[in-house]
Amino acid sequence: MVAVASSDADLRRRAWDAAAGVTDPEIPVLTIDDLGVLREVDVNGDRVEVAITPTYSGCPAMNMIALEIELALSRAGFREIHVRTVLSPAWTTDWMSEQGRRKLKEYGIAPPLPASTRRALFGVEQVTCPQCGSGDTELLSEFGSTSCKALWRCKTCREPFDYFKCH
Amino acid sequence: MATPSITVSETPLVLYTLRRADDALILGHRLSEWCGHAPMLEEDMALSNMALDLIGQARELYSYAAKVEGRDNDEDKLAYLRDVRQYRNLLLVERPNGDFAQTMVRQWLYSTFADRYWLKMMRSTDPTLAAIAAKSEKESAYHLRHASEWIIRLGDGTDESHARAQAAIDDLWAYTGEMFGVDDSERGLIDAGIAIDPTELLPEWLAAVADIAREATLVLPENDWMQQGGRDGCHSEHLGHLLSELQHMQRSFPGASW
Repeated sequence: MVAVASSDADLRRRAWDAAAGVTDPEIPVLTIDDLGVLREVDVNGDRVEVAITPTYSGCPAMNMIALEIELALSRAGFREIHVRTVLSPAWTTDWMSEQGRRKLKEYGIAPPLPASTRRALFGVEQVTCPQCGSGDTELLSEFGSTSCKALWRCKTCREPFDYFKCH
Repeated sequence: MATPSITVSETPLVLYTLRRADDALILGHRLSEWCGHAPMLEEDMALSNMALDLIGQARELYSYAAKVEGRDNDEDKLAYLRDVRQYRNLLLVERPNGDFAQTMVRQWLYSTFADRYWLKMMRSTDPTLAAIAAKSEKESAYHLRHASEWIIRLGDGTDESHARAQAAIDDLWAYTGEMFGVDDSERGLIDAGIAIDPTELLPEWLAAVADIAREATLVLPENDWMQQGGRDGCHSEHLGHLLSELQHMQRSFPGASW
């Protein structure tokens, strides 16, 4: 039954694309696919099951993201939609796509440094200014406007900027 | 009329999970009390961010405790509808915020423990606890770094900040022993690899705390008498006041939601 298998794959692709288009309410240039928050999409007849993983335990965007996924899938014609949260494996900034990193930088947020090992977490981070590209920057505050960001300042162009911190 | 409290069947795993959930919720609530009151805007955001992490951890743990218990309790009921004697948190985390040094010393003593605790719990044979541990550890690492930097700055700062930091350590020290306590209900979980033995963390906790204290020119107290009771629901008078604020809405308007 090659035709059925192919249509199942098409259906799954359609469901994935619909869910993957949902953006982070706090960083609207990033989709949940860019972020690595979207983990799985399974289609079984009319039923779609979507697995997402939180960036931080207390991330208040998760409820909003789940709601947006349901809306996007119902717009794409799916009837029975279940969004579940998976904790394991724990989300890491290493899952952010190259495209996501580029979009973040263009948006004015310095993308996370790669390899979010514990050493990276505690080592001295060298963050590049997303505005002028200078490496001469300093940390203002470890905690920024959302759980996932820190506040930095560029010593060359003097502009403050957000840094999506390693996790 | 106020909503009555729920009852919870505290099997060892439910109790174990509730204890950690209560630690996270109560400390998270304490930190949230700083929101809008911190000495500067960056610190206001830092304390609120840390509160958010802890309350997020509490939610995961409460949901799991409810699932293991298998009755009709859920994360909200466990947080909002248990009275003070049913709370199982460490006495340390319910200590009032006091001044900024008091808050930071409490955070530092707790996070130095929590970061190591969650790191070890990632190898729990219970997959849900291991998954919660993996997220919590990353967050605790940030809390620990933030608090440690403040301890050094306060201790090695002005005479005033040094005196306040030292007073906070002297005041809170007797509440640290409880973090390393093990009772009969936990012994079986440790043997099964579900829980870790916290007494094994004591030497490295002590060494890490001593390192920062030395750099901060602060002195660790000599006394080794430790206050306990929180794990069994025997709390200081402060927790009841905290809960009255935390639970007021749900007690007065049952099931109220946004």
